[in-house]
Amino acid sequence: MSMPFYVPPEQVMKDRADYARKGIARGRSLVALECADGIVIVAENPSRTLYKVSEIYDRVAFAAVGKYNEFQMLKIAGIRLADLKGYQYSREDVNARSLANAYAQTLGQVFTHEMKPYEVEILVAEVGRTPDHPDELFHILYDGVMMDKEGFTVLGGQAETITAALESEYAVGSDLGVAVRLGAKVLAPEDGEPLTAAALEVALLDRSRTGRTFRRLKGDELTGLLDGAAKPVKKPVKEIGK
Amino acid sequence: MTEPTLPTFAPGLDPGPSFGELLRRVGPSGAPGVVSHSTPIAAGGGPPLEIAHGTTVVAIRFEGGVVLAGDRRATAGFTIASRRIEKVFPADEHSGIAIAGAAGPAVEMVRLFQVQLEHYEKVEGEPLSLDGKANQLSQMVRTNLPAAMQGFVVIPLFAGYDERRLRGRVFSFDVTGGRYEELDYQANGSGGVHARNWIKAAWYEGMGLEDTTALALRALFAAADEDAATAGPDLVRRIFPTIAVMDPDGFRMLADDEIESLADELLGGPERGGST
Repeated sequence: MSMPFYVPPEQVMKDRADYARKGIARGRSLVALECADGIVIVAENPSRTLYKVSEIYDRVAFAAVGKYNEFQMLKIAGIRLADLKGYQYSREDVNARSLANAYAQTLGQVFTHEMKPYEVEILVAEVGRTPDHPDELFHILYDGVMMDKEGFTVLGGQAETITAALESEYAVGSDLGVAVRLGAKVLAPEDGEPLTAAALEVALLDRSRTGRTFRRLKGDELTGLLDGAAKPVKKPVKEIGK
Repeated sequence: MTEPTLPTFAPGLDPGPSFGELLRRVGPSGAPGVVSHSTPIAAGGGPPLEIAHGTTVVAIRFEGGVVLAGDRRATAGFTIASRRIEKVFPADEHSGIAIAGAAGPAVEMVRLFQVQLEHYEKVEGEPLSLDGKANQLSQMVRTNLPAAMQGFVVIPLFAGYDERRLRGRVFSFDVTGGRYEELDYQANGSGGVHARNWIKAAWYEGMGLEDTTALALRALFAAADEDAATAGPDLVRRIFPTIAVMDPDGFRMLADDEIESLADELLGGPERGGST
């Protein structure tokens, strides 16, 4: 192998950024929407077992697009960080902001110093502690850039077009069913039919629960919401280990 | 303030879904307050420490689930360390744990166990089987053996509704972490023998929930009658044993007033009579 010529740093960074963006653009998108019932995350995901959206802690969820094995590893690291903090301090002390900062730090570090950047885009969402506390959506890019979003956010290759669609149609404080149907609609290919339950992975950080608020919306509950028929199923609230 | 960094591990050193293992690798140099259960507490010399002990706890299987109950007293020598200590805790959605022994380490073990079950479920994407949970608890008790030998004994009683086998199950442990699945019921703690004898006389296959909660309460009262370290009902302050039920709907603690009215009803019964 011949000695490499001088490559300006800007070029190196641009090449890395292009590489990461291409990797992410290949995959499917997901949206997170604040609604009256909590924060609902709708991902285009035909797999029933490989999840893009996961629980991190009581009121905190994780979602990602891009390379599966990379974001799975990041998800597990986030769960570890959250459980350690909750155990060493208290459950109340775990929040999304701190976790999002940790992700931003890691992704930035890897982007600059490792052979290849992570081809992932991450969302850390936190539902408000009380109805008066705002929901939080932290969107972290492949290079560690972190954005604090309000109302909704979109991850993935088609983010621009989907965001434009949401900007006109999203309404604050909408019903869960409305939010889920909106997600299914904007994730569908242009001029196509809204996605069906089989093509979606949907999860909710349920505002009405105490303790662990994360739950997956699937089966009859999901088809009911997509059809506009059933109200969301309210499971009895369980507060485990105060 | 430094932000915490994401814990990452080289492939061979990954602790997997074990929270205990994660704590051990991150713990000592990590944030303060992490007590490693593998570190024996050196006693050596001086008067013995007065550690809060309890208790009586019972687990009784019934048709459709299992009941866990415990009294409210913690003693340190001849002092009552607490009048309203909780000894029954949810482990997760369908299982519970009751503790006998040194109160401090016991409550800490419960906390670690709860986090371990939750951690496994989140990392793996599905919860442990009931046997898996019992096994994890077994290992925690085993790790506590060095401390137990210096007086910090923790003996848990583990019960849950097994969603695969569709019935309640009870597990008891010895101080080395040996795990024993009980067929029908078990009672632990200083008042355990008295409680168990009472249950033995009244238990039958196919008992309903109401009869079982009444039996659990009676067994605890019987133990309180004989054992100074077990509290009977405190009618002055209205403090009663805690009772938890595990069935297909999950884990729930009975409300105070529910237990109170049940206790008032029962205390008019056989407990009243007799020569003592």
